[in-house]
Amino acid sequence: MPLSKANLSVGDQHSEQVVDNLTRTQIIQYAGASGDYNPLHTDEIFTTQVAGYPTVFAHGMLSMGLTGKMLTNYVGDGRLTNYGVRFVSQVWPGDSLTATATVEDIREQDGVSLVDLSVSTVNQDGTEVVKGTATARIDD
Amino acid sequence: MATDHFPIEAGHIMLFARSIGDANPIYHDADAATGTEPGHVIPPPTFVQASAQFTDGYSLRPEIGEPWFGSGKEPTGVKRESSGGGGGTGFHAEQHYEYHAPIQPGDVLKAVDKPGNSWSREGRRGGTLQFNESITEYYNQDGVLVVTARSVGVQTSRVVE
Repeated sequence: MPLSKANLSVGDQHSEQVVDNLTRTQIIQYAGASGDYNPLHTDEIFTTQVAGYPTVFAHGMLSMGLTGKMLTNYVGDGRLTNYGVRFVSQVWPGDSLTATATVEDIREQDGVSLVDLSVSTVNQDGTEVVKGTATARIDD
Repeated sequence: MATDHFPIEAGHIMLFARSIGDANPIYHDADAATGTEPGHVIPPPTFVQASAQFTDGYSLRPEIGEPWFGSGKEPTGVKRESSGGGGGTGFHAEQHYEYHAPIQPGDVLKAVDKPGNSWSREGRRGGTLQFNESITEYYNQDGVLVVTARSVGVQTSRVVE
């Protein structure tokens, strides 16, 4: 259900676990669907022996997509007007991520009610992996 | 990400939604979607990134018949041209979207790249960091701007520790 202005306050939070024990197979699913086949995400031999990383890691866009699931569950389908993130830390196979949106402002622009959210996703150790902002249309 | 022809297809949206672990019926069930506010299947908010599938010469997709830098018989199919690379890697640093109008299966988008800024700074973990911004505007078949994407890439001068 879309959010409504009457029921929202600055400081409100919505949190969801968006992945539990991320698998290499899910990273491969994301590569196949998105078209980003960079072997750093799917090819253990290349990633460890050529690129020098301990193992493959998730696309930044996979962590943004997972975080976006929390956002659309919170604000409703087709309600986002802006969504942007910085990729702060890498996401590895086995990670479990929790995404949180916090209400920063409730405002009106051109007769449309909007909510501004800050967005943060952390791994199982509490390390932030994605940090961003989003804006969504809300009901009055 | 420029392409003249990015067809929005229901099956592609379903596969993309599965890959981000999102079971929301609006991404895969046309009947259920009619009862939602948009009234039709829509893509998840980060879906336009999949326009890479339709971008000619996209560097992170194997080109048929060409060597690929991932592993086969050897750990990489492409020898590094320069020995001075020092293990640096390109990463996606930021991604931002503005949503202007709805997208649905059957739409055919056109993606137009616009120039962005470039800057560099010293990083804590990866040596010198070179940032490059790119802006992509997605228009539908009626010429309506539906999404603006701003991407920032970073090139590190050594492996990130």
